Amino acid sequence: MQNTQKTHLVPMSGSEAVAKAVIQSNVDFISAYPITPQTIIVERLSDLVASGETTAKFVNVESEHSALSACVGACLAGGRVFTATSSQGLALMHEVLYLTSGLRCPIVMAVANRALSAPINIHGDHSDMMGSRDSGWIQLYVENAQEAYDWVMQAYRIAEDERVALPFTVNMDGYVITHSVEPLALVDQTEANQFLPPRQSRIKLDVQKPMTFGTLTLPDYYSEFKKQQDEAMRAVPEVFGEVTREFAELTTRHYERITPYAMEDAKVAIVSLGSASGTVRWVVRNLRKQGLPVGALKVALFRPFPHEQVGELLEHLDVVIVLERALSLGAHCGPLGNDVVCSLYNRSGQPKVLDVVAGLGGRDLSPDSIEQIFRTGLEATSRPTGLEMEFAGVRE
Amino acid sequence: MKAAAKPGWRELVRGAVIVEPGSAREFKTGDWKTKKPILNEAKCTNCLFCWIWCPEPAILRGPKVVSFDYDYCKGCGICAVECPVKAITMEED
Repeated sequence: MQNTQKTHLVPMSGSEAVAKAVIQSNVDFISAYPITPQTIIVERLSDLVASGETTAKFVNVESEHSALSACVGACLAGGRVFTATSSQGLALMHEVLYLTSGLRCPIVMAVANRALSAPINIHGDHSDMMGSRDSGWIQLYVENAQEAYDWVMQAYRIAEDERVALPFTVNMDGYVITHSVEPLALVDQTEANQFLPPRQSRIKLDVQKPMTFGTLTLPDYYSEFKKQQDEAMRAVPEVFGEVTREFAELTTRHYERITPYAMEDAKVAIVSLGSASGTVRWVVRNLRKQGLPVGALKVALFRPFPHEQVGELLEHLDVVIVLERALSLGAHCGPLGNDVVCSLYNRSGQPKVLDVVAGLGGRDLSPDSIEQIFRTGLEATSRPTGLEMEFAGVRE
Repeated sequence: MKAAAKPGWRELVRGAVIVEPGSAREFKTGDWKTKKPILNEAKCTNCLFCWIWCPEPAILRGPKVVSFDYDYCKGCGICAVECPVKAITMEED
């Protein structure tokens, strides 16, 4: 982090960082299923509620389906609402995810990204969120605990903006971010209050002014409401720009939808989400010292996907490597690859795309394994253009 | 269906919220019937069998004969079957 001021750094895990940020966001309501596959996020939050550090109401429920349902109710009542989940828990929420976005509830949820069963595996990959990719939530992937902390407050600002009014997931790689302890720069509470004032909601449950929520719409209206959601999603980039600029003025930490690294003269680059992005940049730096023309592109905002910007940065490459931490079995490539290829459609440059599946079920994405993937990409420059998918590091 | 008369996505309250209470009163549910009951007033004895059997209820009582509330009648035809004097017939809507 580029924080050169005499900022007091506090050691925290990603989960603790999120819990701290949630309290600093002055949430009114938290609901969660407190057992596996939950994270330490809600454990810390329940501690902070019990010790009186926040006046937020904490409701334990019997499943993730109920957790998010309770959150929807509290959000419709005008509250600022938070929940967290992971893996199977997110899968169990699936039905309510669509309700949340369709009802235009600006709930913020931290998702500790982990693999889905079967076989049972509690470790990190992106299968859970990619399984709910089309649920109408804004989806952002953070790289480390600092980003996870910073994104909670920014997420509320974007989600609650009248132009958006959509739910927001802060995605953080299970264990690698949730359980690793990092030194964190915290936002002063007075500044946090200024940055994120109490939520204002025009449309809410109010006995003085009765309204009907969760209505039935038949074929003559359903499409119009889906079009509204699509338009709200398209409003995100503008609000994203405003909110991140304001946050940067406050903290000197400035976030972008995508972050290119050594892309100016690169011929081969890796596109990645989440914690692997730091490792990729580290490997790029080392390979550059050997004179290899490699680069990196970190995608932070996955929904809405920054197609224009991604396409612009990648079209001049020889080979684009997509680091895929989830599968779309039977498809031409994984979900990230799908969007990357879509970004390249109808552009003058048509690089070869290698969709490389790696880091599934928590398999370590070490610098060595990333370097190996780069070397595979460099070899592929001699092959004809097109889309290839392969598994990296799978035993025969 | 007159689709053109319905509001577009820009006009609708987001999230399909109905901001005024009591709006269900304005929703006429009888628009999907394919047949409607027609009364032969000369035959009607005002026995009210149809009024008892109608599941809606869409039979309106009158001083001498019954009539139908077509805004809510679904055209099921139970009234026509149950009428003891065959005063009700079902016709294309």
